[in-house]
Amino acid sequence: MLSDSFGQATGLLHTFEGDVLEIVALSLRVSLTAVAIATLIGLPLGALAAVARFPGRGALVVLLNSFMGLPAVVVGLAVYLMLSRSGPLGPLGLLFTPSAMIVAQTCLTLPLIAALTRQIVEDAWRQHGETLRSLRLPLGSRVYVLLWDCRFSVVAAVLAGLGRAMSEVGAVMIVGGNIDRVTRMMTTAIALETSKGDLALALALGIVLMGLVLGLNVVASGMRTVAMRRYGS
Amino acid sequence: MRISGLQEGAPQAPPATGSGLALSPAGDPLLSLRAVTFRPADRTILDAIDFEWGGAGICALIGPNGAGKTVLLRTIHGLIEPDAGEVRFEGRKRPGGDLAFDGQALVFQHPSLFRGSALDNLLVVPGIAALGRRPRRERALGMLERVGLRALADAPALKLSGGERQRLALARAWLTEPRLLLLDEPTASLDPSATEQVEQLVRDIHASGCRVLMTSHNLGQVARLADEVVFIHCGSLLDRQATAAFFGSPRTAEARQFLQGALPWQLSTPA
Repeated sequence: MLSDSFGQATGLLHTFEGDVLEIVALSLRVSLTAVAIATLIGLPLGALAAVARFPGRGALVVLLNSFMGLPAVVVGLAVYLMLSRSGPLGPLGLLFTPSAMIVAQTCLTLPLIAALTRQIVEDAWRQHGETLRSLRLPLGSRVYVLLWDCRFSVVAAVLAGLGRAMSEVGAVMIVGGNIDRVTRMMTTAIALETSKGDLALALALGIVLMGLVLGLNVVASGMRTVAMRRYGS
Repeated sequence: MRISGLQEGAPQAPPATGSGLALSPAGDPLLSLRAVTFRPADRTILDAIDFEWGGAGICALIGPNGAGKTVLLRTIHGLIEPDAGEVRFEGRKRPGGDLAFDGQALVFQHPSLFRGSALDNLLVVPGIAALGRRPRRERALGMLERVGLRALADAPALKLSGGERQRLALARAWLTEPRLLLLDEPTASLDPSATEQVEQLVRDIHASGCRVLMTSHNLGQVARLADEVVFIHCGSLLDRQATAAFFGSPRTAEARQFLQGALPWQLSTPA
């Protein structure tokens, strides 16, 4: 049975029959958009938490660290409550759309990217802080220079966020509803097809998912290695 | 302990007072420290230091390891807030916030360079950041030319040799157009050739009108570069003289022992 399923899955991947292509494309669109938004917010937020001194900084750091491991279903539930008809953002009508899934995945990956960035930038601040203060760089420039200096390490933080977004199932299932051809992602489709016994499609999607995550990491790791070799570690 | 400034252009021996050494400064001093004390974790690193300097020539701050030289430089620059006393630069106190004094630059013993090219490391200087892209680049390249690193503009800064890194750090400091340049062991662990290049650069920077206050363990370098020597031991300034006079006849037993290499090693004193 397993070998049959693998054979059928390989066939699906060869021809991209069925919904495979559509599901993969939607998954990539949702996860990449969510990670892009989380990166735009998370990098400066994490760097600010590392460099700036302000009331409540300690609480922010604890919050970011705690939310790194936030259960996806809890995020899904919170976003669901916000977007449901009776929720504060209900009038936007986003529930059970790809936009809702982007919101959920952004909430899920933002603390992870911000917390990892804070740790990376804080280490860099220890190394360069006195130099930046000596050069009299204002806060914004410090954040920019440190993020630029840590750019190869920050890529790893963004990749961790992307990995989390692409592999989570709970949040998108709750806020997307796993609607065929509308909000069906790779992870939700795998869960559904497995429960239905259609292991071929589930396996095909699983192989694509693993390939994407692995491929992205290989590319990023390669770029990092080349860059580190060029600029020194 | 109190040591005050020598008159500009004519280093001379300051007269001794009951509690140490004092000399009335001629006009407003470039740098003025009054009872500056730094006592982290119940250890006295700087012990009520009084120091006035008019900024003539190059001044070398020397003393054994742990004497407080580096901490004093950082305090003068504004990177360390003293527990007591005040530092004035050109008559001004350091404004609030964590920024160093405006008009000063500090080159650290191990300068921290950013992960980018030599040119990138100069482009972060805020004074030129406001310029347009091309003038900013030309200004930075011009500075690299002055320090002899023009050919290495695109080379990764972290892959430069020790001497090149130190010259790059000096270039970055010089680009801020400081009126006072602080150097913390600028040639520690450099070979004689790299040391000579850095020393020449320090002379060039000084000749451009910037005052230089440096620490060094290299007494030969102090003799070559400095016009005036200040000796620090256990967080106190013990001696201050023109360089030749200091090497010829140090005033304190500690300074004499230091020059003879016989000063017992002692860190800071308990508060």
